[in-house]
Amino acid sequence: MYGRRPADWAKLSPMRQILILLFLALSGCGSIWDDPYPASDSGKSILYLAFTERPKHLDPARSYSENEAAVDAQIYEPPLQYHYLKRPYTLVPLTATEIPHPEYYDAKGNRLPEDAQEVATSLYRIRIRPGIFYQPHPAFARDAKGDFLYRHLSSESLSGIDSIADFARTGTRELVANDYVYEIKRLASPWSQSPIAGLMGEYIVGFRDFARKLEKSGKVDLDGINLPGVKVEDRYTYTIRVKGKYPQFKYWLAMNFFSPMPPEVDRFYSQPGMAEKNLTLDWHPVGTGPYMMTENNPNSRMTLVRNPNFHPEAYPSHGMPGDNLKDAGLAMPFIDKVIFSREKESIPYWNKFLQGYYDVSGISSDSFDQAVAVSIQGEAQVSPQMKEKGIELKTSVAPSILYMAFNMDDPVVGGSSERAKLLRQAISIAMDFEENISIFANGRGIPAQGPIPPGIFGYREGRAGMNPVVYDWVNGEARRKSIDAAKALLAKAGYPDGRDAKSGKPLVLYLDATGRGADDKTRFDWYRKEFSKIDLQLEIRSTDYNRFQEKIRKGTAQIFTWGWNADYPDLENFLFLLYGPQGKVKHGGENSANYENPEYDRLFEEMKNMDDTPERQKIIDRMQSIVQEDAPWIWGMYPKDYQLNHSWLSNLKPNQMARNSLKYLRVDAKLRDEKRHEWNRPEYWPFAALFALFLVTAIPAYRVYRRREEMKAR
Amino acid sequence: MIAYLARRVLYAIPILLGVNLFTFALFFVANSPDDMARLQLGIKRVTPEAIAIWKHAHGYDKPLFYNGADQGLQRFSDTIFFEKSASMFAFDFGRADDGRDIAREIRMRAGPSLEIALPSFVIGMMTNITFALLMAFFRATLLDMWGVVLCVAAMSISGLFYIIGGQFLVAKLWHWVPISGFESGLSSLKFVILPVAIGVVSGIGGGARWYRTLFLEEIGRDYVRTARSKGISELAVLFRHVARNGLIPILTGAVVIIPSLFIGSLILESFFGIPGLGSYTLDAINSQDFAVVRSMVFIGSLLNILGLMLTDISYTVADPRIRLQ
Repeated sequence: MYGRRPADWAKLSPMRQILILLFLALSGCGSIWDDPYPASDSGKSILYLAFTERPKHLDPARSYSENEAAVDAQIYEPPLQYHYLKRPYTLVPLTATEIPHPEYYDAKGNRLPEDAQEVATSLYRIRIRPGIFYQPHPAFARDAKGDFLYRHLSSESLSGIDSIADFARTGTRELVANDYVYEIKRLASPWSQSPIAGLMGEYIVGFRDFARKLEKSGKVDLDGINLPGVKVEDRYTYTIRVKGKYPQFKYWLAMNFFSPMPPEVDRFYSQPGMAEKNLTLDWHPVGTGPYMMTENNPNSRMTLVRNPNFHPEAYPSHGMPGDNLKDAGLAMPFIDKVIFSREKESIPYWNKFLQGYYDVSGISSDSFDQAVAVSIQGEAQVSPQMKEKGIELKTSVAPSILYMAFNMDDPVVGGSSERAKLLRQAISIAMDFEENISIFANGRGIPAQGPIPPGIFGYREGRAGMNPVVYDWVNGEARRKSIDAAKALLAKAGYPDGRDAKSGKPLVLYLDATGRGADDKTRFDWYRKEFSKIDLQLEIRSTDYNRFQEKIRKGTAQIFTWGWNADYPDLENFLFLLYGPQGKVKHGGENSANYENPEYDRLFEEMKNMDDTPERQKIIDRMQSIVQEDAPWIWGMYPKDYQLNHSWLSNLKPNQMARNSLKYLRVDAKLRDEKRHEWNRPEYWPFAALFALFLVTAIPAYRVYRRREEMKAR
Repeated sequence: MIAYLARRVLYAIPILLGVNLFTFALFFVANSPDDMARLQLGIKRVTPEAIAIWKHAHGYDKPLFYNGADQGLQRFSDTIFFEKSASMFAFDFGRADDGRDIAREIRMRAGPSLEIALPSFVIGMMTNITFALLMAFFRATLLDMWGVVLCVAAMSISGLFYIIGGQFLVAKLWHWVPISGFESGLSSLKFVILPVAIGVVSGIGGGARWYRTLFLEEIGRDYVRTARSKGISELAVLFRHVARNGLIPILTGAVVIIPSLFIGSLILESFFGIPGLGSYTLDAINSQDFAVVRSMVFIGSLLNILGLMLTDISYTVADPRIRLQ
């Protein structure tokens, strides 16, 4: 058949041509027909992942969301990273030679001792390892004279170029300190639109003035302009000068914002005609990481392949008890290629995971019962059906909190009056978040006792961490106070039986929310039910997302649900959510409840620059008890992440801070192939059934036809 | 006919302007440029300066319709509405909020959309006509009655059910084709079979029932009686005479759909992971990307106008008695 001459092919009837094409297309799948990947990829060291939302930005200066970091972190390398196995989360060097320790200076520039309290600036000196090279890329390609090959491109010379792979030549070069400095300048540049530009302006010396200068000058070559707080010391060393003390700054050095950016790459992508072909830094990242992007079609697929220039990096030799250390000391990455396919809907994603076409999957509410069984001890484990397939479940508590906030500017529920405080405390008791977690999160969460989630320094287990306003310690566990206790508080607040004692009118409260779907209605009904337990009426004011955000910004909401996902594993990143100067309405900050308490604010300022010492813990405990008493939030829950993986994937350990985890993973492609063949054998009987159905209808039809044809008159 | 078509083209301009104005007004009633900026910049740590920079970079830092600070015509031209609309009439759609070139995206995505929409349309038409003719042939028998019952039942089922059910049965249980995904070229065949089949099956109920009515109407006409009286077999009467005459309203009804096939299907593409224009539009609506939404609405209205013009032309082709003046 393959040897047929074109003339013979033309002689075939269209029907035969279609059948041959159909056969060829299906035979390309091998013996399994439902394989969405080419048969030639079978048995290869490829990791198959899915993405639901397409990343908006891959430029490290702009990218901030989780789905973007999942790609960027495999390509870009900031100076620091989180240890993959150790808990609590620990910073370790990535391209840096060591974790930088700040040097403190006074206003005159004199060096201060490490325990100095009055610090004008902190200097971070970062040394990077020599011998790290970038991935092959046309931006580095040079001709025989040493000039860049693709530097003076025009729209005309780009004809025939549609992707980065269309450039004939590539090159590389060593990573140098200036690349990191260049990226920090990019964070300040208005055209980069970095989401952390405002925040860094508060900390990095000269950052804000530098940004203003660039705003006036328009787009210029950043290499030629000096940013006073960031300097290249030598080829492999650079310094960042930060205002005052900011110990959390080191965590930012593990985020993609502080990745290196070679100036020649930025210049390469800035050439005329490149953006029209979607050839931008925002879509085609260039880094020193274990993988490089070879295909970016965010509509359907993104492909990363092993970076041939990746520097030696070994799998960690130490971890926590029970960690898999079989690969300790071996060079990473272990997988040659990573394919991210787009799955917008959860049902096809889940079914393809069950068929073995994705190696990892989350669990949606629809498939939770199918995937997870909860033991008598309340421990989550995979269901027997999943166990039979060898599927494993990994759980971890996210460094996040989901809470219900009271707007402290509201005249009824807000403010520091005793009446309002008691009302908030009564509602906090009535809102049974244990039930909420069970109904709406399938048990995937821990009832929160305060703003600090587990795994973060400052969090206390057991009785010491319990919120005494809402819980009592009974038989070795925290038990929610009774509804009678809540009603008593309500009566004390002047609302006996849910009515204003003075006017006799029922107290009606308002929850501002965004959802309007069927699931949201169930949730809203549950909120109403919880409020009604203490005879309070709750009205839901549901609106679209934009209007909801506007209400929060303007402080016109009364009660609302909100959440926070940590940028870094330090409690400062949680406690600042209740810090007065972060108030949403007054200062445009992240304190959405607009909570203000002078003592809390003073303690926050004292605590934020301290090391993790017992003294710091004492202050944290006091801060925690202040907010538990004031109850500006109903503490809600710390969500738990559940992740499933197939048996052929090893070394997977959930790490809520490290995004560059793909280099640690290993795939047994042979086992995966065997399982895919075992699980996806096509069923043939439906063909016979369809044929039988055809016969069942064709026979009476033929009889009717014969009768009609033999009729004398029609 | 040329004068008629020229007149229709001229009519299209105010229609397109009106649609554009309407889309613009509707979009900005629900979303302000500040909302758009916030959504693009993310929820965390968005400063007013960052919003101002984003708006300036994307041309949303001007008044919507009227710029009182300017002089003369610039009061109208130096506005978001004018700047965003004028370029679109020159088919310059600009950039999406994520920086990608919209015209290029549309070109890339039209192919996958057509790969689903075109076969679904053609095979669907043929299937519906065949079913309708068979029901007309077996009229007043149990087969016809059950055919109509099945059609009504099929019409009553939600399109989403066909998609989820089809994926479950054909792809998950029987393992005949991949559940979702897409490849270009010949490899796309295994990915498009199921969505096309679902597109065809989900349309049979409504289509076949409507066409059956048309054919039954034709069967009662005088020329059919004449044909029968000549002794022509019932099959020949149906397929040679009734089908040909019954096709006139079917074809003219179908022509209007043809141009809009480019737009793709919102839900089908989303469930099957087809990177077409339907899912592009849905993504843009979800991410409040006005640049993409207005471009897709503009193209949609343009194709709709084109479809109506083609319908008019098809009348003259199908029925020589009709003349466009």
